[in-house]
Amino acid sequence: MGNSIGFDLVKALLLWLLLVPSVSHASIETYQFSQPEMAQRFNDLTTVLRCPKCQNQNLADSDSIIAKDLRAQVHQLLEKNQTNDQITDFMVQRYGDFILYDPPFKRSTLVLWLAPIGLLLMGLLVLWFLARKPAVQAAMLTPDEQQQLNDLLASEQQRETHHD
Amino acid sequence: MAHQPQSTPPTGPATRQRLLLVLPMLLAFALGLFLYHGIGKDPNAMQSSLIGSQVPEFTAETLLAPITVVTQADLLGQPALVNVWATWCPTCRAEHEFLNQISNLEGVRIFGVNYHDQRASAQQWLLELGNPYEFSVFDPKGVVGIELGVVGAPETYLIDAQGKVIDKLTGELNERTWPPLREQYLALQTGVDNGQ
Repeated sequence: MGNSIGFDLVKALLLWLLLVPSVSHASIETYQFSQPEMAQRFNDLTTVLRCPKCQNQNLADSDSIIAKDLRAQVHQLLEKNQTNDQITDFMVQRYGDFILYDPPFKRSTLVLWLAPIGLLLMGLLVLWFLARKPAVQAAMLTPDEQQQLNDLLASEQQRETHHD
Repeated sequence: MAHQPQSTPPTGPATRQRLLLVLPMLLAFALGLFLYHGIGKDPNAMQSSLIGSQVPEFTAETLLAPITVVTQADLLGQPALVNVWATWCPTCRAEHEFLNQISNLEGVRIFGVNYHDQRASAQQWLLELGNPYEFSVFDPKGVVGIELGVVGAPETYLIDAQGKVIDKLTGELNERTWPPLREQYLALQTGVDNGQ
């Protein structure tokens, strides 16, 4: 009994761990902003810009030297009253589209953007073929064969009724 | 499946069905080819967005002479390598002897960018391991690094005599990675000799 309560507790804990979003911000340095709205924009920008070194982290989450430098750069550009677009342009100029988590639609990113749609279409095509299959098999019987089949079924039924 | 009377021509559903069976195999094969192509590729190697454009503007002190200020203009005149290095970077140590070699034996013109480093330990490093650089830009805050689009040390840029970035190598310069760069370097040099 006590055992099962303990087990329930473990289950509850595991569930809790699953549901708690794992947010970890590695950035330790603090920045002063001349305008309060800049702090929000700083957070937004460092979230959508990707760390060029660590690749699976954004600028806000990464501890690498380059991410730290680029955070300082974002701060500096904000204080120079640059718009968000100007700041992302600055980064793309130096680090390429790679630095954007939301890359623009152009020739080099064509596959990236179109592959999901292509795969979806392929899946639909497969589904369509699978759904069509029974109809194909039914159509394989010629009218004569269908007549034969009906006769057989009818005679079978007749025999059963006679037996009863 | 039992024999069914073939009432349709031979190119009918049966053939089509067989084609459909082959289709997944072909798709799997294509996917396999695509993935095989990716094996051994360095996920950190990115095409530099700087290739084809001018070396960005910068003003910085040199490592050995703090009072000497250099700019991008000091890199021009001859094709050269720009090598980003630091004393905390193990791969930089690994490639340093190779840089000495191509500087001394092949006469390759190399500039250094001393990246996020302490001046004293960087100077000590060059004393101990030799100095393959015409000069090293002292970049303790990574300011020049950001302008160049440096991700981490070591990185090596090949620039032509006019300061246009021709190619970039991320990672160690060695017997294996140098030849393709060397070819381009030599081509640039003959271009300069021909008075271009």
